[in-house]
Amino acid sequence: MSPILADVLQVSALVAALALVHRPLGDYMAGVYAGKRHSRVERWIYRAVGADPDAQMRWPAYLRAVLAFSLAGVLFLYLLQRLQDRLPLSLGFAAISPDQAFNTAASFVANTNWQSYSGESAMGQLAQTGGLAVQNFVSAAVGMAVAVALIRGFARARTGELGNFWADLVRGTLRILLPMAAVAAVLLVACGAIQNFSGTQSVTTVTGQTQHLTGGAVASQEAIKDLGTNGGGYYNANSAHPFENPNGISNLLEIFLLLVIPFAMPRTFGRMVGSVRQGYAVVAAMAGIWLAGVVAVTWLEAAHPGTAAQLAGGAMEGKEQRFGEGASSLFAVSTTMTSTGSVNSFHDSFGGLSGGVLLSGMMIGEIAPGGVGSGLYGMLVMAVVAVFIAGLMVGRTPEYLGKKIGPREMKLAACYILVTPALVLTGTALAMATGNGESSMTNTGPHGFSEVLYAYTSASHNNGSAFAGFSANTGFHNTALGLCMLLGRFLPVVFVLALAGSLAGQRPVPASAGTLRTDKPLFTGVLVACIAIVAGLTFFPSLALGPLAEGLAA
Amino acid sequence: MNTSARSTARLLFSALRALLVLTVVTGVIYPLVITGVAQSAFPDRANGSKVEHEGREAGSELIGQSWNIKGTDKPDPRWFQPRPSNSAYDPLATGPSNLGASDATLVKTVKEARQQAASFNGVPPSAVPKDAVTGSGSAIDPHISPAYAEIQVDRVAKENGLSERQVANLVKDHEKGRDLGFLGNEKVNVLELNLSLARLADN
Repeated sequence: MSPILADVLQVSALVAALALVHRPLGDYMAGVYAGKRHSRVERWIYRAVGADPDAQMRWPAYLRAVLAFSLAGVLFLYLLQRLQDRLPLSLGFAAISPDQAFNTAASFVANTNWQSYSGESAMGQLAQTGGLAVQNFVSAAVGMAVAVALIRGFARARTGELGNFWADLVRGTLRILLPMAAVAAVLLVACGAIQNFSGTQSVTTVTGQTQHLTGGAVASQEAIKDLGTNGGGYYNANSAHPFENPNGISNLLEIFLLLVIPFAMPRTFGRMVGSVRQGYAVVAAMAGIWLAGVVAVTWLEAAHPGTAAQLAGGAMEGKEQRFGEGASSLFAVSTTMTSTGSVNSFHDSFGGLSGGVLLSGMMIGEIAPGGVGSGLYGMLVMAVVAVFIAGLMVGRTPEYLGKKIGPREMKLAACYILVTPALVLTGTALAMATGNGESSMTNTGPHGFSEVLYAYTSASHNNGSAFAGFSANTGFHNTALGLCMLLGRFLPVVFVLALAGSLAGQRPVPASAGTLRTDKPLFTGVLVACIAIVAGLTFFPSLALGPLAEGLAA
Repeated sequence: MNTSARSTARLLFSALRALLVLTVVTGVIYPLVITGVAQSAFPDRANGSKVEHEGREAGSELIGQSWNIKGTDKPDPRWFQPRPSNSAYDPLATGPSNLGASDATLVKTVKEARQQAASFNGVPPSAVPKDAVTGSGSAIDPHISPAYAEIQVDRVAKENGLSERQVANLVKDHEKGRDLGFLGNEKVNVLELNLSLARLADN
């Protein structure tokens, strides 16, 4: 079979699988968040937490709960790392330094999973399984909860009530993420991923040399790492490591896990606002952008990979033989466009232009399809902007799903959109101006700049992948990137919840002849154009300095 | 204490309890249950797909190994050689070179690797495939391409006193297509190939 045909079949199989589960999963999630009943385990949890799951929260209360829960997560994870040497299952590793522990705690709570540490040489089993993997679940559930609160803002009228955070958090974890991760983890073990609590074992190889084989609860962490669009690998090599991702089947399963919830959330949205066609318009925009990225990177890696890759006969530097260029490109686009950041090949060694596409996938705001929850709310904010711009063009008061997009809504949407560009560009500029950028580069010239730009883009957009030649474990970068991750996650959440509260309080306006239909292909087109224009105007100069300069010179 | 400080403290306490309960569920029960299922249903794979040689555990079929002459960084001509590795196939230091695809250092590395592989195997430089001159992502890639295995046949046969046909057949037996016919890439597992080679050379 020719490589091109195999690539096409691989993408087709993935799209078919995603299309197949889109409806049932989206409907199921809508049922989970709309349901009135609590299971016995859930009721027990609410009692332990001391929360009334039926109490409705207005947006400030919902926000306070999100922030309190996340703060508790940061503190707990920080302590777990700082005290690692005194706790069991540490594998003998030392305590993590204060700046790195802050960075890692911020990273996992913000659903970023940027890793300034190397899994196999720094992080013990308790910190990985009892700390990091827990945040993989709950930070994902927080993202989904915020998205659902925004959906309720559209769906409800003349009330400020957005639901109950504790109920949304617990249901998202127990009824959605946990069962799916459990099935996926067992499938990954069936493919060859490891799942044990053995320490590192030494074996004597055929040639008489000693090799240290690592152990750990890898499959269980791998499943939720991908499903929750987290991305923090058990090992430094992440999903390129054969114990995390042993073959072509596990590889496609992992890409499926990255995409499955983000692509099903628009269905949940459509169901909850009472029109599945509204969901189709959103998912079409997501799918169109994602597919364009897949085609672009797959083609660029084959046709324009860079000088060294051309000399080698193909872009295999940083890629695994069992995956090859096609499966690596598919993974790379899916991970950067979902805010996951796990990698099965190393983006630093992709061609200049491919690297530019991967960067752009993050720069458009992680919305195609984006992280679990965060992808949907990011896309809905862009839909609000698109409705506003289209409304201005036809001279009508803009409205979306029967809600007026007035000055307050637009201010909140504009603030949302400005957060990450401000963090990315200020962070990159500060790093470069202080010399901290240059001293952390592995590469030189435009590609070196791309490493710095990629780091701050990845952190601020909560992606977590890296041009991994960048030496992130310095006091400056641990602190600056940690702040970017926290602000890049929680400032947008503030604006989304305020927007949700404002929408939920409105009286719906009936649709008229002058209403822009937001469930039609035309709106999908307007939406995609808005996304491209906003991101293009913001980031084009920085892309020109890095990946474009490198790609066009090669 | 005023009311807002008290309600904030109460909220933080709730948050902490929620985190601890969910830690028990997702950080203790979940991994233990998965480990239990994995260890009973797929014990070999859950423990790292170990392989034996001369009655001892000699590695994992999923983790690449160094086939250098012991104590040197010179490839041993008796064995099929794996891809270049950034960490000499040490699983405690996984990760790639991270060099850009147009980087001058990488250009030099690729050129040298091509010359080295060509002269080591006695083939023209143009016959050396891409996986033989590039480092993998994990630095412990267990596979090479069928093309890279095939250019090593003559050298391996000569060094082990075997016929080229015997060794070529061995390689053919170990060539694996894409998974399910279309997923991933074609490959040869170096450790499995070399273990079969060792058995063939012993007989």
